[in-house]
Amino acid sequence: MSAAGTDHLPPASPEGQHGNAYEALNEGDDPRWAYGTGFADPLAGVDTAVPEGVDAAELAAYCLMLGDDALIMSHRLQEWCARAPELEEEVALANIALDLLGQARLLLARAGAVDGSGRDEDTLAFQRDPGEFRNVRLAEVPNGDFAHTTARLLVFATWRLALLDRLAASRDPVLAAVAAKGVKEVAYHRDYAAGWVVRLGDGTAYSRERMAEGLAAVWPLVPELFTPHPAERRLARAGVAADPAAAREEFDATLAQVLTAATLPHPAAPRRDDAPGGGAPGLDGPSTPSPDLRKPSAPGPGSQEGALGRDGAHTPALDGLLAELQSVARAHPGARW
Amino acid sequence: MAVLEEHFERTIEKDRRVEPRDWMPEGYRATMVRQIAQHAHSEIIGMQPEGEWITRAPSLRRKAILLAKVQDEAGHGLYLYSAAETLGVDRAELTLKLIEGRQKYSSIFNYPTLSYADVGVIGWLVDGAAICNQVPLCRSSYGPYARAMIRICKEESFHQRQGYELLLTMMAGTEAQRSLVRDAVDRWWWPSLMMFGPPDDASPNTARSMAWKIKRHTNDELRQRFVDMTVPQAEALGVTLPDPCLRWNAERGHHDFGEIDWSELKRVISGDGPCNAQRVGVRRAAHEDGAWVREAAAAHAAKAAARATGSPDAAGRAATAGGSAAGAGDGAGAAARAGATA
Repeated sequence: MSAAGTDHLPPASPEGQHGNAYEALNEGDDPRWAYGTGFADPLAGVDTAVPEGVDAAELAAYCLMLGDDALIMSHRLQEWCARAPELEEEVALANIALDLLGQARLLLARAGAVDGSGRDEDTLAFQRDPGEFRNVRLAEVPNGDFAHTTARLLVFATWRLALLDRLAASRDPVLAAVAAKGVKEVAYHRDYAAGWVVRLGDGTAYSRERMAEGLAAVWPLVPELFTPHPAERRLARAGVAADPAAAREEFDATLAQVLTAATLPHPAAPRRDDAPGGGAPGLDGPSTPSPDLRKPSAPGPGSQEGALGRDGAHTPALDGLLAELQSVARAHPGARW
Repeated sequence: MAVLEEHFERTIEKDRRVEPRDWMPEGYRATMVRQIAQHAHSEIIGMQPEGEWITRAPSLRRKAILLAKVQDEAGHGLYLYSAAETLGVDRAELTLKLIEGRQKYSSIFNYPTLSYADVGVIGWLVDGAAICNQVPLCRSSYGPYARAMIRICKEESFHQRQGYELLLTMMAGTEAQRSLVRDAVDRWWWPSLMMFGPPDDASPNTARSMAWKIKRHTNDELRQRFVDMTVPQAEALGVTLPDPCLRWNAERGHHDFGEIDWSELKRVISGDGPCNAQRVGVRRAAHEDGAWVREAAAAHAAKAAARATGSPDAAGRAATAGGSAAGAGDGAGAAARAGATA
């Protein structure tokens, strides 16, 4: 497209040299013009057929789970725009949000293609109701302060990296391709978050307290990450999905390493004196989520005891998040964007 | 001193660049600091009007485009502050001046964004006007600024095209979308023309800035160029610019346009625009809420340095250096630019 209609411009101004700023800057068709949006199809050349013996509906449901995780986590990071503690952090948080948004788009598109509904990424993102979202609740809880955000991001990225690492060998070529690309991105997200957990944990007395509180706040949401949905379990056995339960050990080891560097106590350990050195991580099992976090947002099919984000049971925070995310799209039925 | 001054004059005269270690008159230094800081502040404050729409973007592709754009603006702010630092000021000091209202930013960002069409119109008109202003600054006599501007202008031109493409798409959509576009064009047209500053006869510093080659064209010349570029784009888009006096003047070879309401520009610059308090308030809140994070990073860096050398002196030095974890990803799908071009 000749974007700015530059060919209609009147003759260059008398000074000539750079009479047309746009033309001077846009020689040729720079592929970056839609920067971060990818004109190049990242799945070009990848076989998109559903692998033999795999239940298409289950594969679609699984793509939604991983796609929704990324979409909702990205949204929470987008909320930091113009609020970050330093400009470098503005850039980094937006970068991470963009990576996750890119992953979400590929996974939602795959879900809609595989389930035969023909729903595209936007239909899935903007036209589903909260109970149809399959993300873990860790992704949806509201942002707290910067320490809460880094705690959540460390947990999320460490978990997701362990999953994507395994998924890179998936029998589904699309999931394998998405995971191979995502591993590089999420490895950076984890390093970024770990760097800040260490800085805040080993920073001032105040930052140490904030960091410990941030970790404590997200910790009840950790067990859900490692509780496989039946579809995940079946797909994992078929060599398509990554079984989250199998990723726990790697997750615990990484967290222990970061917490040691940050001189922080393990959030699952009983709270005690904050003195540095008192923070040997207790490598105990998952703690029990506090009861209110297990409560779904509304009574209904998803409200059975023990239902999780993967079943469509969410905290009330997801309602507000989606109301914002979907507001413009839903206000304009039939619109083109 | 006379020798130094002569050297400076000759550098300017021969269209060479003034570099950070060169001698320069205090007036030149102060003017450059003000110009670059104001530009950096504009990039950072400019994240807000559009940033408000990221979480509400109506498609995931538009969300990615907008997020990448706002991220670019943070990146521009970063390297402009770095360019300013080559003149002996620092970012923290400039940030304080911004939030205390002692330094300005472009008054255009004191207008509200009322619909998603505003995102497109800001890209088309506001970034378009910024490009007209900034392309000549790629030849600014101050080297670090000129070099930063080359990269910034390239990225601004992507933003401009993205904005225009959004508007083309919306104009081909529903009637409701077309009326959002028209409404946004009506609201942003005149403020965009004001972006070029007061008319030449009311711009007392222009002559000196042109002599120093830190300004290459007068405000009115640039404004005329912007109008001439924009009129055919508006026609192609199918919108009417809200100025009954706007018409081609064959004799001048330019478009004539109506009188700008200079009292409005004065009012908005002096702090009484629709969003001045909100914009500065958000920036101040981010700065103040983030203070403990920056302090923690500095404290950690000091401790790490002390552990490495066993010397408390090293700790003190590290503390003042601060600790920033500007991360650059591997570039997979995102623009992560924390470095300075200066």
